[in-house]
Amino acid sequence: MAAPRTMFEKIWDRACILTRDDGQSLLYVDRHLAHEGSGRGFARLRAEGRKLRRPDLTFGTADHYISTKGTTLDDIDDPDRRERVALCGPNAEEFGVTFFTLGDPRRGIVHVVGPEQGLTQPGLLIVCGDSHTSTHGALGAFAFGIGSTEHYHVMATQCLWQRKPKTMRITVDGALGFGVTAKDVILHIIGEIGAQGATGHVIEYAGSTIRTMSIEERLTVCNMSIEAGGRAGMIAPDDVTYDYLKGRPFAPQGADWDKALAFWKTLPTDDGATFDREVTIDAADIAPTVTWGTSPEDALPVTGAIPDPAGVADAGKRAALKNTIDYMGLRPGAPLGDLTVDGVFIGSCTNGRLSDLRAAAAVVKGRKAATFAMVVPGSGQVKAQAEAEGLDRVFTEAGFEWREAGCSMCCGFNGDIGKPQERWASTSNRNFVGRQGPGVRTHLMSAAMAAAAAVTGKFTDVRTLEEKT
Amino acid sequence: MEAFTRLTAVAAPFDRPNTDTDQITPGRFLTRWDADWAKVLFHDLRFDGNGAERPDFILNQAPFRDAKILVANVNFACGSSRESAVHALVAYGFRAVIAPSFGDIFFNNASKNGLLTFVQDTDTCDRLRQQLHANPGAEMSIDLEAQRYSGPDGAHYAFKVDSFRKYVLLNGLDDIDLTMQYEDKIAAHETALRTEIPWLSTKA
Repeated sequence: MAAPRTMFEKIWDRACILTRDDGQSLLYVDRHLAHEGSGRGFARLRAEGRKLRRPDLTFGTADHYISTKGTTLDDIDDPDRRERVALCGPNAEEFGVTFFTLGDPRRGIVHVVGPEQGLTQPGLLIVCGDSHTSTHGALGAFAFGIGSTEHYHVMATQCLWQRKPKTMRITVDGALGFGVTAKDVILHIIGEIGAQGATGHVIEYAGSTIRTMSIEERLTVCNMSIEAGGRAGMIAPDDVTYDYLKGRPFAPQGADWDKALAFWKTLPTDDGATFDREVTIDAADIAPTVTWGTSPEDALPVTGAIPDPAGVADAGKRAALKNTIDYMGLRPGAPLGDLTVDGVFIGSCTNGRLSDLRAAAAVVKGRKAATFAMVVPGSGQVKAQAEAEGLDRVFTEAGFEWREAGCSMCCGFNGDIGKPQERWASTSNRNFVGRQGPGVRTHLMSAAMAAAAAVTGKFTDVRTLEEKT
Repeated sequence: MEAFTRLTAVAAPFDRPNTDTDQITPGRFLTRWDADWAKVLFHDLRFDGNGAERPDFILNQAPFRDAKILVANVNFACGSSRESAVHALVAYGFRAVIAPSFGDIFFNNASKNGLLTFVQDTDTCDRLRQQLHANPGAEMSIDLEAQRYSGPDGAHYAFKVDSFRKYVLLNGLDDIDLTMQYEDKIAAHETALRTEIPWLSTKA
């Protein structure tokens, strides 16, 4: 009998064409995802006279540089950004790629659209020139971000050279408390293992807490694997996964569906398979969580207090902490709940899905925004579904802005940024210095917590606002 | 791509831990591929809101302006996959970065652009940075073939590098030609894939 293998190893072995004596493996890419950033790769193919090897395994959607204020090119003020978006359609046509460009109602953030369209499937090796490609692992895929040279290499060869990463299993067991979401789970994990806690590893999330999550919640968890340094994050497919995929536009159908199901059921990690590292988390320890600093590992329960550099013995660490506290405009020891916010961003590939907008709307309903707040759906489909449910009116009647789908303020590439020294509650994934605009102070939290901050104007424990059901 | 063989150059200490690629090339500069990357490097750490140099930033101090080696701190270049982070370091003149750990994607991107990256333990990196602070403008030497380098005090160290990465760096090679030497095997994999997973097409 063959040795027991992890899910990651099964996918790796299937996708691996060869491994050289020096340990480098040539992997075949089943799905190659593109966005406006791929324009340079298309230009290089043209310049070097190469073909896009597998247009039928390539898919793109415009997300990073589009305006969230309208659906036409004219809505993009900046000529450089406009050019990036404008090139998507002609490139897609020339190279024969299915690409959701501006005006397509299915367009949206690539990590929202992939699962939504059924392009993301168990057992596939998926790459994209974006670090949050780890998101797709929620359906049992091995998915990771690559740089532009690797992106071009995949365009030309459909292959990628990689050294086999290590494996790490994070097991979360138990029921989540009232008001605690998937976002709190992953922020808590990163707070526990650190921003480089999973560097060089592929994470498999397991345990009863993960098992009982919906696909959208699992997508949120896997999305931020990169924030713990992980090469990828993944969750074994199960009935929740199959129910989610069935009937989606690019999911297998008919006889292919049965064949796919048989394949997918072989994927979960075998009993007895070992991981290079094991981490266990008790769900009962997780509270609604907020980041206070400039690394996603700076995560604390909303009931917590700002750390005090005076209590840090190591001089280098003390100086780094002081820098962070200065940048964030914080007072050591102050309760997180005392912080007032200047703006709220609800959206991104982390928390821009329908269930996130529902959770935010449940908090907002019957209340008014106490500060600037914007909601950016993760895709055109999410937007349409939210509007069909009347969520847009809940937000707009409370004074929130209701925008078009895109990455928006998560990375700020499209010009959606805050002003220096503003404090923002954000459902995105990175609180890095300047990420959401020079001098902007970003605090990461769940969609419900961001909504609570919007209607109260300060960090608020959502458990005190929501009614228990 | 410029090959990397041996280098003797000024080294700069970069103390900030968990430096993400947004610090190396802030997102708002990523609207053009032909940006002045040398100017963009560490932009908001290097320049204030008016574009004036921040005098306390390491690369704004005379002895370090011409540095080609960066000794960094833990989790250097974590975060976004933007390869502009590598382009900016290379455009400024950096040829090597030494750190206790790196963001995985940056680490892969680096060697594709002739930037040598290698890991040294935290104590060694801390010591090297302290020595560089104490001796501004001190040089370090790196010999990729021998996988050896010398610190600012002349002490010799060994480092590990993936042999594939080393080969590519030493020869300034492009991976695509190397990959296509395996065309037969790639084509065979594609044929098998059409039977194993016939429902893969992204064509509507």
